[in-house]
Amino acid sequence: MKLLSMNEIREDFPILNRKINGKRMVYLDSAATSQKPVQVIKAIEDYYRNYNANVHRGIYQLSVEATEAYESAHDEVASLINANPEEIIFTKGTTESLNLVAYSLGNRIRDGEILLSKMEHHSNLVPWQQLAKRNNLKLKFFDLTDDGELDLSNIDELINKNTKIVSLTHVSNVLGTINPVKEIAKIAHENNALFIADSAQGVPHIEVNVKNLDVDFLAFSGHKMLGPTGIGALYGKKEILEEMDPFMFGGDMIREVKLNESTWNTLPWKFEAGTPNISGGIGFGVAAKYIKRIGIDNIENHEKNIVKYAYDKLNEMDNVEIYGPEKRSGLISFNLKGIHAHDVSSILDESGIAIRGGHHCCMPLMEHLGIAGNARASFYIYNNEEDVDTLVKGLEEVKRIFK
Amino acid sequence: MTNEIYMENIMDHYKNPRNFGSLESPTVKHIEYNPLCGDKIEMSLLIENGKIKDIKFKGNGCSISQASTSMLLEMSNGKSIDEIKNLTKEDVFEMLSINLSPVRMKCALLGLDTLKNAILIHEKYGEKNE
Repeated sequence: MKLLSMNEIREDFPILNRKINGKRMVYLDSAATSQKPVQVIKAIEDYYRNYNANVHRGIYQLSVEATEAYESAHDEVASLINANPEEIIFTKGTTESLNLVAYSLGNRIRDGEILLSKMEHHSNLVPWQQLAKRNNLKLKFFDLTDDGELDLSNIDELINKNTKIVSLTHVSNVLGTINPVKEIAKIAHENNALFIADSAQGVPHIEVNVKNLDVDFLAFSGHKMLGPTGIGALYGKKEILEEMDPFMFGGDMIREVKLNESTWNTLPWKFEAGTPNISGGIGFGVAAKYIKRIGIDNIENHEKNIVKYAYDKLNEMDNVEIYGPEKRSGLISFNLKGIHAHDVSSILDESGIAIRGGHHCCMPLMEHLGIAGNARASFYIYNNEEDVDTLVKGLEEVKRIFK
Repeated sequence: MTNEIYMENIMDHYKNPRNFGSLESPTVKHIEYNPLCGDKIEMSLLIENGKIKDIKFKGNGCSISQASTSMLLEMSNGKSIDEIKNLTKEDVFEMLSINLSPVRMKCALLGLDTLKNAILIHEKYGEKNE
């Protein structure tokens, strides 16, 4: 597929024309949420303007169109990660996806161990921590190396015959570390444990092939990959999903309901109770299609280049501490020594630069790093070197003010 | 303009916070967090005859949260509990005399929240409670 030029891509994102404080906006917070291309915005509008109806209900034309669009969105998302459409459950996002597994499958686990890491986002920590409390399970954690990678030196001890679940972030939202999920999933399986990947920062940025990775579950969000908020997905292996109890009960997820018992709908609808986020799902599908059109390889390459450019520039600056390994996904977390990340982002905002400052929903990781928080610049397909140059100029201004 | 908030007196309080540290035997000690950014302020108060006899704070956070707490404590030392209870967020904004965005207002008010909640805890549980 032909690589689209940078300008063509930027033209698809109307928000990039905005001025902030009279300056050209530089959006460097795509790890929090990405901007949306006009194709996604139009698809959502098109649904509400032209074929708004509930899905899986009416036999009239509008409902048929809505159902078709909503179902084919599952196909688009599934093919992005090489899954079967019935293995893709739409949720409201990564958080709900992980909670679904922790409740529906986790509740059955009565004894054993859950293995996580110290770099988990709260959404892949708290659901397991609370499951461990409910069912009296033991929580274990991969430690981290000084470089910000998983410390695998004691993996044989961490994953053992008592391990029931291994749930790890695919790509760290703070360190940018890309974890070897395929290798760890293999070891988990050898010990009859299930492997779950939190790929909220993976699917939008790197090639994810669930068959090749051989993970049991993979969770991700639409809004971090050019889609709308309030929609995301849980991939699960068909044979495991079929065994699992539904997470929520109600309309659309049933096959037959009697007063005292019910049977469940087929996959994935068994896990999508109630009227779903139809417009969100349709937008999510268009976002997946957009990514496929650009090509995930091209996205990965583009981010690799821009993150290297940014890394080198930041590394040249005095009093900048950068967190995470050299080989990283498209983000850089850093601190200017002695200056709080909120002050950094506040001053950058004056120059129209949007970056995130804080603990990034990773308080245990911050504790591990011995910091209260840090600043994070995260990149996506629409960012260019000019954005990085503006960031560097802004950071010089921060240092001047705090001199 | 955002950068106007980084005025000289604010930077001075941030770099040289007054009343920084903790009291050895406080009447009440209390910690508040800003869950948004993880900022944290711990205050220890010595209260005698309904008045703040001594007060100190520790914490880490942005310049706005630290400077406003430092300024607030300077203002509160020696005041009666009733006077503290009557302090409003407007008093804090006036004290800082800068324009803050809604998000940064939360930073500026972390000190006041900590102080007021410390007083509430003191009133509810009495002397020597932490």
